[in-house]
Amino acid sequence: MGKVFAFHGGIHPPENKKQSTRTPIRPVPLPKRLYLPLQQHIGMASSPVVDVGQQVLKGQLIAEPVSRISAGLHAPTSGTVVSIGPHPVPHASGLDSDCICIESDGRDQWIEHQGLGDYTRLEPAELIDHIRQCGIAGMGGAGFPTDVKLHLGDDHIVNTLIINAAECEPYITADDMLMRERADEILGGIRIISHLLKPSHVIIGVEDNKPQAIHALEAALKGCELNIDIRVVPTKYPSGGERQLIKLLTGLEVPSGGIPADIGIVCQNPGTVRAVYRAVTFGEPLISRIVTVTGDAVAQPQNLEALIGTPFGDLLDAAHVYENKLYRLVMGGPMMGVTVEHDQIPVIKTSNCIIAASIDEMPPAPPEQPCIRCGMCEQVCPAELLPQQLYWFAKGREFDKAKQHNLFDCIECGACAYVCPSSIPLVQYYRFAKSEIRTEEAEQRKSDHARARFEARQARLEREKAEKEERRKARAEEAARSQKVRKSAESSGVATEPTQDISALKTAAAVARTKLKKAQKALDAARDSGDGDIPALEAAVQAAHTSAEQAQQALEKAEGVKPTAANIDTKQLKTAAAVARTKLKKAQKALDAARDSGEGDLSALEAALKAAQASADQAQQAFEQAESGAAAGTTGPDLKQLKTAAAVARTKLKKARDALKNAEDKGLEGLDKLRATVTTLEQKAEEADKAYKDAEASAGATEAPVNQPVPVDLKALKQQVSIMRTKIKKAETALAGLEGEARSQAEQALEELRQRHAEADKAFKSAEQAQLDAAAAQGVDLKQLKIDAAMARAAVTKLERSLAKSEANDERASLEAELAAARDKAENLNTTLKQHEPA
Amino acid sequence: MSLIRMSSPHVYKANSTANVMRLVLLATLPGIIALTVFFGWGTLIQIAWAGLLAVTLEAAILKLRKRPIGFYLRDGSALVTALLLAVAIPPFAPWWVTGVGVIVAIAIAKHLYGGLGQNPFNPAMVAYALLLISFPVEMTRWSAPFVLNGDGWQIASFTDTLAAIFGSVETVWYDSFTGATPLDELRHRGGLTNEEAWRQSRVLSEGIGAWHAVSAAWLMGGVFLLYRKIITWHAPISMLLALAICSAMFYGYDPDNYAGPFFHLSTGATMLAAFFIITDPVSSATSNRGRIIFGAGIGVLIFIIRTWGNYPDGVAFAVLLMNLAAPFIDLYSQPRSYGHQKANKGQGGKA
Ligand code: SF4
Ligand code: SF4
Repeated sequence: MGKVFAFHGGIHPPENKKQSTRTPIRPVPLPKRLYLPLQQHIGMASSPVVDVGQQVLKGQLIAEPVSRISAGLHAPTSGTVVSIGPHPVPHASGLDSDCICIESDGRDQWIEHQGLGDYTRLEPAELIDHIRQCGIAGMGGAGFPTDVKLHLGDDHIVNTLIINAAECEPYITADDMLMRERADEILGGIRIISHLLKPSHVIIGVEDNKPQAIHALEAALKGCELNIDIRVVPTKYPSGGERQLIKLLTGLEVPSGGIPADIGIVCQNPGTVRAVYRAVTFGEPLISRIVTVTGDAVAQPQNLEALIGTPFGDLLDAAHVYENKLYRLVMGGPMMGVTVEHDQIPVIKTSNCIIAASIDEMPPAPPEQPCIRCGMCEQVCPAELLPQQLYWFAKGREFDKAKQHNLFDCIECGACAYVCPSSIPLVQYYRFAKSEIRTEEAEQRKSDHARARFEARQARLEREKAEKEERRKARAEEAARSQKVRKSAESSGVATEPTQDISALKTAAAVARTKLKKAQKALDAARDSGDGDIPALEAAVQAAHTSAEQAQQALEKAEGVKPTAANIDTKQLKTAAAVARTKLKKAQKALDAARDSGEGDLSALEAALKAAQASADQAQQAFEQAESGAAAGTTGPDLKQLKTAAAVARTKLKKARDALKNAEDKGLEGLDKLRATVTTLEQKAEEADKAYKDAEASAGATEAPVNQPVPVDLKALKQQVSIMRTKIKKAETALAGLEGEARSQAEQALEELRQRHAEADKAFKSAEQAQLDAAAAQGVDLKQLKIDAAMARAAVTKLERSLAKSEANDERASLEAELAAARDKAENLNTTLKQHEPA
Repeated sequence: MSLIRMSSPHVYKANSTANVMRLVLLATLPGIIALTVFFGWGTLIQIAWAGLLAVTLEAAILKLRKRPIGFYLRDGSALVTALLLAVAIPPFAPWWVTGVGVIVAIAIAKHLYGGLGQNPFNPAMVAYALLLISFPVEMTRWSAPFVLNGDGWQIASFTDTLAAIFGSVETVWYDSFTGATPLDELRHRGGLTNEEAWRQSRVLSEGIGAWHAVSAAWLMGGVFLLYRKIITWHAPISMLLALAICSAMFYGYDPDNYAGPFFHLSTGATMLAAFFIITDPVSSATSNRGRIIFGAGIGVLIFIIRTWGNYPDGVAFAVLLMNLAAPFIDLYSQPRSYGHQKANKGQGGKA
């Protein structure tokens, strides 16, 4: 057994762990309804792939991850999806969030699933992807998607894997019981993770108050081929804090603002490790977890194996709650847990404990007294901060000083508040200060951005004028060259190097995207916390969005120069489309919330919504195009995808219609808006439908026309068509004057003519389409560009109008910023359009 | 179901400001007993009088400031301030001296600055310093330890003491029961060497044991506070060490003219200051490192004032000077936080 180090501070609150470890882990009876929040993890919320009313089987994917840092969701039991919408979730904000609600059919019928067999023979990427498909996210604390952590070996040297089994928070015994009963499964999980990360050393950190768990682990480890150490650390809160445990076990400190992988360490929680094992060995996605149900208000404190989505009420019933004694319901431990307000809140992947506390057990905090600067808080702070100084700074809004005193290294462990003799809710002060600082910073960034943008715009206008001419020339040359390149590529079958520096552009695009993401995150944070200048943030997001789009466009253009063989990154586009959809949804939600509450800047929100919608549409279109383009080259278009899109659109339409009807029934206000929404949705549904049908229709036909040489004389074709039309007309007139047999002959001729006309027409249209396709292959889609340009122009006009109307100064400022961004965009698009419109 | 919503943490240590103050009061008991045994009833009377006045005054001021009286009174901080002042001033000091001291401590040094937690200076020491400057005669007339008053336990009777404090007594009585302190004696020895002074002064040769005993009693209380984790070792130990090192250096250099470390540590208000005064958290530095600097500064200053200053005991001035420096010390003594290469310095942001 290796050396155990020490960390500064820490406290010894009453453990209260004995109560819940008397009985073995027991499953909870199958609940009637399960509520599965789309966001149970850090990262993007997953996006539902089931419809209301759909039957699902246990283990079936019901929501898919939407970006790299995201986790999917699976049906914990078989049943029917009864709703997808807001429901209370366990979160500190106490707000509702989107959940998929499944009504269980009582059969608990598994979908077909199987393990991977010998995983060591698989590619690591494949194995990690399997783990990602199983929706596994950290089950100890924050819920960080596990697959991301398993990728850490790619760009970090991981030499130590730490299994964080300290479980230092009072009351919680979920990991303790898991280790006692499923030590072999944990070991299996460790094997898999070690296989992926290849650490030279595995350390299991356990507090010395879990002798039975340590025993079980030791027994399981006997004869294990891996270099695994069980290290028993003294019981002290918060030794289970990731950073504290790392210090305890290795003597190293994770640099401030860094992650453990920076010093070659990856931490995993035993529950997560076990979930990995079950996913790999049996193909079971993460659909259940161990939850400690304890507290004075339950008769039988114990550990329960609960399906994700089980309402707390079911767990409390299983543990025989005394309703009249229940005073405070805490999810998590007493030090860092959050209170929940009612018992329909569901278990999520990170719910390790539910404490049903009586009033004697967790009385309300005594009133706050002045800080006497006794310094007890400093003695216990595991991050070695000066809590009382931070408190003074937070209270006096001296955020610069708070930051300088490393406020952001505070892990909100609550040790300082626990010991404070003046009962100051210190952690609340820190949370407040942190959110204020984040808002301030976002604002600062925004104004800097606006200034930079203005200056850049001036410079650009000048430059553009000069460059315009040059570009025209260059383009002509470029076109000639690319033509040549394509020909040679076609003849040789090998893609030639593109002339432009695509990688540089790619980097630029990536940078822009990162910025956008950051802005978005700030915005989300602001929304979560409910304070901060949301419209301003939104403007910032939009600005970031614009620049990201520009970068992307530039990149696409450059890539378009590459021979058509170079495939467009459809996956990326798909993600983009999904992201845009999520954003749209969020915006919609915010708008709804604002409407419901009747407050907030409705018009701003609406604008944001529209922008989001526009970008979602664009992204979707881009994706579809890319896909159909890709399909034209290789296989048929992704019909399934389109079908889903169409179905989704239909569902949305139906929902909107219902809402409209509802509203009409009740005679509510805002009917017009709803109606407008329905109309747009109708249109969209139709569009989606059409797109689907088109794709289906052309699936067979694509091969022929597209493979034909593109240069067809459009004009000639057009002429032919019109000539034909004239002939038909003539024939028709002639026909009117004829009688008897002559008439029937003439009719036949006319019929023939019509047919030929139709054929000519078709030929013309396909030729036109081919031309468009050719343009698209060059990375420029005229139609798209036109739409974009029109949209941008509309946005400008709209902003101008609202600017004229608005009077409030700060609102004006943000509007102006937005306007500038919109103008930029419109101008850009126009220029591009002009460049590509056939002369 | 309507459940309460609160932010974490959900449990608290049974620990309150009032509790802290109660423990501090408890820790002063040995010192008070020693003072009473060796110097008579005066200390107890002063404590009672000062405490009563302080609590009344605090209540009145809280009312003026429109604060919940009961809530703030219960923290006991006024009582602690009064007690520290009462044990610091001479046991036979007239009532109005104590009265002025309490008023200065509570009204000016504490509440004018915003009340508990906001005062930059230690209220008891502000009052003490002011009294020393304003009423030097009353403030330097310390009672003589009983050993100097003849055989047995010869202390002034309770009623006489009451009369001495609240009324007036003949000078003869006064003279027979008061005298200089060892620090005084050594200060005003007029060119005598240590040894000669020792031989000449009964206070030094016979009475000094009383001061040693009182110092030991304060030390006991201090150890209790350390044990109960009410105070940390940083400030007291560094102050005592600094004082000991300074005096040892000078004593080693010239043992005739400088008092030794033991003398410095065990007379005057050294121990009282080390464990009860400079550990007042409000007016000291906040971090552990800061407290070490703070304590050391006081130790050095005490030695300087005692040796070359105009006043026999320099504790009050030393503490006040370092109170003044505490915010500055704080700026440059932040601990190195977890995950940081080194500690931050300075205040960051605008002052
Ligand atoms: S524990 Fe409370 S009273 Fe003591 S210094 Fe910290 S914040 Fe102030
Ligand atoms: S909550 Fe923050 S300041 Fe308080 S003890 Fe924990 S890390 Fe330190």
